[in-house]
Amino acid sequence: MSIYVNAETRVLVQGITGSEGMFHTGEMLACGTRVVAGVTPGKGGGTAHGLPVYDSVREARENTGANASIIFVPAAMAADAAMEAADAGIPLIVCITEGIPVRDMTRVIPYVRSRGSLLIGPNCPGLISPGQAKLGIMPNRIHRPGRIGVVSRSGTLTYEVVDQLTREGLGQSSCVGIGGDPVIGQSFADVMKRFNDDPGTDLVVMIGEIGGSAEQEAAAFVRDHFRKPVVSFIAGRTAPPGRRMGHAGAIVSGRSDTTEEKLAFLRACGITCVDDLAAVGSVVKKMV
Amino acid sequence: MNIHEYQAKELFRAYGIPVPEGRVAEHASEAAAASRELGPDVVVKAQIHAGGRGKAGGVKPAATPEDAERIAASLLGRALITGQTGPEGRIVRAVLVERGQKIARELYAAVTLDRAAGRPVLMASPDGGMDIEAVAANTPERIIRVMADPLYGLTDFEARRAAAFLGFTGRDLHTCARLLKNLFRLYVEKEASLAEINPLIVTENGDILALDAKLNFEDNALFRHPELTGLADADERDPLELEAERHGLNYIRLDGNVGVMVNGAGLAMATMDLIKQAGGEPANFLDVGGGAGAAKIAAGFRIILSDPRVRAILVNIFGGILRCDLLAEGVVTAAKEAGVSVPIIVRMQGTNAEAGRRILAESGLAFTVAETLKDAARLVSEVR
Repeated sequence: MSIYVNAETRVLVQGITGSEGMFHTGEMLACGTRVVAGVTPGKGGGTAHGLPVYDSVREARENTGANASIIFVPAAMAADAAMEAADAGIPLIVCITEGIPVRDMTRVIPYVRSRGSLLIGPNCPGLISPGQAKLGIMPNRIHRPGRIGVVSRSGTLTYEVVDQLTREGLGQSSCVGIGGDPVIGQSFADVMKRFNDDPGTDLVVMIGEIGGSAEQEAAAFVRDHFRKPVVSFIAGRTAPPGRRMGHAGAIVSGRSDTTEEKLAFLRACGITCVDDLAAVGSVVKKMV
Repeated sequence: MNIHEYQAKELFRAYGIPVPEGRVAEHASEAAAASRELGPDVVVKAQIHAGGRGKAGGVKPAATPEDAERIAASLLGRALITGQTGPEGRIVRAVLVERGQKIARELYAAVTLDRAAGRPVLMASPDGGMDIEAVAANTPERIIRVMADPLYGLTDFEARRAAAFLGFTGRDLHTCARLLKNLFRLYVEKEASLAEINPLIVTENGDILALDAKLNFEDNALFRHPELTGLADADERDPLELEAERHGLNYIRLDGNVGVMVNGAGLAMATMDLIKQAGGEPANFLDVGGGAGAAKIAAGFRIILSDPRVRAILVNIFGGILRCDLLAEGVVTAAKEAGVSVPIIVRMQGTNAEAGRRILAESGLAFTVAETLKDAARLVSEVR
């Protein structure tokens, strides 16, 4: 099983003719994803990877029955692309683009929600349900189908953990990168709710960072409602306070959100916190 | 992007937020002239980007032009060390000379992003002039948070609610609400990440003024605000951080001696944690980003190498968007150009990792290739 997507998901790529869009469309196809079309305004009528390219999401959906979209368009146009997908009735939108201004996202999120769509990201690696579908940029070869769920704010740190899981012989049901920006669509808690309801997921690995309170929110949900074990790794414990470590979210801004307090709260909610990144895979192995 | 107080106050003025009359001075004689014009009582304020200036002696009253000149001379050209500057301080290159104010009340007002709600929030408190984080921690009921709808902005009634919380009534209720709405409009239109007035004062005459002004702008939005780019002050930045920024790299200088280059902020933080756990100290944070090509990698590598404290380098890459073969080419190019003398440990996984390792192996340079994180951490602790 999986969350958000499955083998039937019909995927549209917005920004398919750009270099990243082109490269990752190839990778998504290579792992069996049903990519059905691309959109690049002004390049309608052409093809990419043998797929039809349309000028608008609406046309693409009407002609191909696409029901999910992945966005690779540059930051200045990405907000518009997400709104276009929602307006065209695409129920699941994954935005990979990094560097979208916060003001755009504060407007995009309510817009997408008002049309009944879900947004994952932006500034995220997307999601994969190995063997079924990938709407993302994670390397294919590290994933295996299985029963571990993974949710994370970061990209490469997630690959690191997934790689360990796979080396331990533990496949993944779904891996979701929610994104490192301050304003994002799906939260940790949103994804945890899905994993809770997914009969194909036995255990969830939650990969967090210093700063903010999204991990605590998810932990409170775990404490109150979650029926499966949760393992967590939090990055940035040694980061100096007040400095922004790349992700806008990752900043220790005051005494109220130190990593130690975050870890203590997660533990109090029944989550197994792993201190050593290299040990996440082996800890999970012992628990399943 | 940060800007100076005097620049923020110019924007405040343009947005109808009253500020004390003032002049910027880069020489002590200019401070004396400003004092003659504005005085007799003025305040001389050191212009650096770091906060905590008052406590550090960077803000002083002057009763005469001679006083103002003497204070300006004592500040200009010297390092001012505050709680936020680090031990080396920041060189003061300008002072702001402002007409002194008779203060009746000190308040606080700011607009920033509420991350959990994904909305801009106006925060206001009658306890201005002090560290707002302390107020938030000790007396949270003394701060009002008014969440604004991003589509409609701060409405009149929301602004009045905050103004009433600050204790304003009658005509002043409207005056303060207008000021708060203007602050909000500035935050939204210029895409600030923080627009803060601490303190917002009420003078003995009943005027409401922004005595201090702090504006930070969101870097991701600067591309559509060419009018702001001229406000950047390169002198306030670490030169290596500035050089990194020119290449689109995310670099932060730290205190250790192990140079670190990683793709992705989360993995970079985790790698730094790993180095510390192995007994090392990172010399920097460097996230080359997801989409980096060979040129960007090479630039990042040169920046690490130009830090004389670096005794070893750990490159930790998990290839997603960034392909390991491109990374390897960048590392080899930079290492050849720079003539590296410190050990370089490279750990790569993910897209095209085998091709990347082959490029490193065939480069003729002495890289230590680690396959797992454990190996990488062990190697770092060995070379220290």
